[in-house]
Amino acid sequence: MVAVAAPGQPPRLLQHKKALVLGGIVLAWVVLWVALRNVGTLPLGASELTPLHRWINDVNDAVGASRNSSPVFLYFFNEIRLVIDEFVTFVQALIAQPSFGRPVPVVGWLGVVAIAGFVSLAAAGWRIALLAVAGFVFLGLQGLWQESMDTLSLTLSAVVISLLFGIPLGIWAGLSDRAHRVTTPVLDFMQTMPTFVYLAPLTLFFLIGPASATIATLIYAAPPAIRLTAHAIRSVPRTTVEASESLGATRKQTLVKVLLPSARKTIVLGVNQTIMAALSMVTIAALIDAPGLGKTVVKALQTLDVGTAFNAGLAIVVLAIVLDRVTTAATERRGLPRWALFGGLGVTGVCVYLSHTYLWAAEFRTDVEIGSSITRGATAVTEWAQDSLPVLTYGFKDFVTFALINPLQALLAESPWFLVALVVVALSFLVGGLRPAIVSAVCLGLLVATGLWQDAMITLASTLVATIMVMVLGVVVGVWTGRSRRADRVVRPVLDAAQVMPAFVYLVPFLALFSASRFTAIIAAVVFAAPVAIKIIADGVRAVSPAAVEASTALGSSSWQTIAKVQLPMARGALTLAANQGLVYVLSMVVVGGLVGAGALGYDVVAGFSQGQLYGKGLAAGVAIVVLGVMLDRLTRAAARRWTN
Amino acid sequence: MDPVISVRDLWKVFGPKASQVVGSDELRALSRSELMDRTGSVAAVRGVDFEVAPGEMFVVMGLSGSGKSTLVRCLTRLVEPTAGAITFEGENILKVDAKRLRELRRNKFSMVFQHFGLLPHRTVADNVGYGLEIRGVPRAKRGERSREVIDLVGLTGYEKSYPDQLSGGMQQRVGLARALAGDPDVLFFDEPFSALDPLIRRDMQSEVIRLHREVGKTMVFITHDLSEALKLGDRILIMRDGKVVQIGTGDELVGAPADDYVRDFVRDVPRPDVLTLKWIMRPPRPGDDLDGPELAPETVVREAVRGVLGTGKPVKVVRDGELLGVVADEEILGVVAGEA
Repeated sequence: MVAVAAPGQPPRLLQHKKALVLGGIVLAWVVLWVALRNVGTLPLGASELTPLHRWINDVNDAVGASRNSSPVFLYFFNEIRLVIDEFVTFVQALIAQPSFGRPVPVVGWLGVVAIAGFVSLAAAGWRIALLAVAGFVFLGLQGLWQESMDTLSLTLSAVVISLLFGIPLGIWAGLSDRAHRVTTPVLDFMQTMPTFVYLAPLTLFFLIGPASATIATLIYAAPPAIRLTAHAIRSVPRTTVEASESLGATRKQTLVKVLLPSARKTIVLGVNQTIMAALSMVTIAALIDAPGLGKTVVKALQTLDVGTAFNAGLAIVVLAIVLDRVTTAATERRGLPRWALFGGLGVTGVCVYLSHTYLWAAEFRTDVEIGSSITRGATAVTEWAQDSLPVLTYGFKDFVTFALINPLQALLAESPWFLVALVVVALSFLVGGLRPAIVSAVCLGLLVATGLWQDAMITLASTLVATIMVMVLGVVVGVWTGRSRRADRVVRPVLDAAQVMPAFVYLVPFLALFSASRFTAIIAAVVFAAPVAIKIIADGVRAVSPAAVEASTALGSSSWQTIAKVQLPMARGALTLAANQGLVYVLSMVVVGGLVGAGALGYDVVAGFSQGQLYGKGLAAGVAIVVLGVMLDRLTRAAARRWTN
Repeated sequence: MDPVISVRDLWKVFGPKASQVVGSDELRALSRSELMDRTGSVAAVRGVDFEVAPGEMFVVMGLSGSGKSTLVRCLTRLVEPTAGAITFEGENILKVDAKRLRELRRNKFSMVFQHFGLLPHRTVADNVGYGLEIRGVPRAKRGERSREVIDLVGLTGYEKSYPDQLSGGMQQRVGLARALAGDPDVLFFDEPFSALDPLIRRDMQSEVIRLHREVGKTMVFITHDLSEALKLGDRILIMRDGKVVQIGTGDELVGAPADDYVRDFVRDVPRPDVLTLKWIMRPPRPGDDLDGPELAPETVVREAVRGVLGTGKPVKVVRDGELLGVVADEEILGVVAGEA
């Protein structure tokens, strides 16, 4: 017995000691906070600038001045911009904007609805085709036809370009280990970087407008296609490839006849994710003047017009559902009878012709317009909620604000910067070791250098609160769905739907319930990040060996004991991954939160888009968000490594 | 008769210093685990020699990790050997270029895999015709040949099915048909029946024996199952840690195991089914009644039991009229009781 227990003791003692040291550090922090409160907090007023910000402004001006003279612009950036602009404009001319001297697009609403229906029919079957037709007609009824088509044009343009590059790259990364090694970290970086951060630098090179929006969308939307294509090719069973080789197939034959057909389903899934990511980003790109539904939402959010925001948000949701259903269903191969194919083609052709020729089929005009009713209804509900639910909503809001956000924010933002830095580095060392400590120190140094220390601390506080809430939700719902098949069947579609929705859409209902505040932004971030965390934890709980659970039950454990002593400890890899991903997702919502009163870094970025003299500050705030993200990501990963080993 | 396949001093080392290992006599002599510690390389196949005669069913047997799957992949260069020579119909296939290798794979040998390796998006007929398709055989001819081999493996009626609609045994029949479709000289089997249920496995073994008899092709068969090896193999190569332990017919392995490893292996084999009379006969002694029945030395003990015990006289073991020895009650009983 002694021999068995002995090796187990030192680590436990160590853990115990570590917890004591951790507690000591936090205690010392609080004591020093009381003593040194509001000393050296490095605040910066809303319109104040540091030399760095002014310097970035100067760079921006200089770049703007050389846009039509510097060869780098003339022969590189401007060329790219022109090509992409041309392409987007062309797609818009087809379905969205009056073009070629006509008062209406080339193909009017009837044609677009018919094409959408036919494509859905061919790719996804009758039911989905009906859904697509109904969805598109609904967009028209909402009075948002042109905005929807602008969004669709931009999305499709970005998707086409993404796939043009993404699929070949993915195939390459699937075939070559070296390419895989090179692309993986690049894709990781592209995907973990909060979406807004590259909007500002892109506008520097490509101006605001569709080109920048499309490129930003590309950056965000191409990785899933590349990744899933590579993954699909890599996961074709080794034996299948060997069998083909053993029969004397050339590399090309194996690729075309074995790898690509076997990988088809997963590649289509990648296309699905690319489309959804593109739609999400296109709406966000409204911040840099991308046309479409996103712009309607942003404008409405800025004037706190919940009704209009809701109507446009609903249109985004409808578009998202249609695109998602069609591409998801397309992963299953189905044969369509020839008569249906040709019949559909004929009907579509007639509709396109009609919509090209007659105004009634081109312009969506209707007497049963329902958009304004939706707007009025949403406004009424908002007013009702704000008038009659304050006990509930504001009670919850106040509780979280006073019990969690305020204390944490006070501690982080009202401590001297060197004290916070010291505490963070010490914690990093304790949790992860020397390397994370160094990374944290460098990141903290960069935060100071951006001149936005206090804003960064306020954002950090909100981020931590949101992440804690994400983890609570994640563990509760994740364990529930991980243990019960029935719960999983109910919850998973909801999570899938939530993940598909563009980030913007979350804001609207919460804005209605809680009005503009830090809390609203936090809740939106939680709702955005929770599905990922829940899924990861649920999968982790489900992956716990059934034998271990059975053994625990056989020993007479209660459900709680099984959860607490077997399932959660064995799923701790999933728990840390969920925390890590939760953080990353929450951070990526910081800027969206800035639109509804989150303040701090999010507000800085948003303000940077809209006001020229704040451009530098906004860019610096973007960098600060990335730095925060890198620091938290590295820290949670290091902690996860320590904890799971 | 010239061997179809002749393998000389074949090595396959995985790891950073593969060629260095093969080049050094000192490193060659190390055991697998010592080599792993010294160089971080894994020697999967170590200095293997053997020959396969035309029309022979040659079985390579070993436990998992013995290197047998790597060995069979080396033979078709699905895994590139580190050193050695493999002569196939007089041609060293380690020296041929990619084009010639493809030709060989297309026309001369084909392989059946443990996990079938079927293409899930193709029907049975298209799976079977895949090898012909990549050779550029026209569709009509392909269909004809596919039907022939599908018929040969007993899958007629399933041409239009997809692999996931078939049972494991039927899927492996498709794999078998695909390998046969190109009319190769040699068939390689990499543990083809390990993933199947015992009953199905027995059927498939009989099927392979039948095919071997009908088409008369040279076959190299990998397995970890001794009874399968004994049932199918004309000769059996026993591998351990990448090395050849013994090559011989089933009764040689049981009657004269090369070392304790093989002896341990064959301990539970039902000896009367495998041992032949030549392993248990003794020289005639004075007083033996020598007018009993005559049997060949290759007769399996089980078949001789009735003859020996029934007549009450020793059986004479005779080849070409020459008396090699006799087998009496005590020898037979010794085998049946598991003592010999």
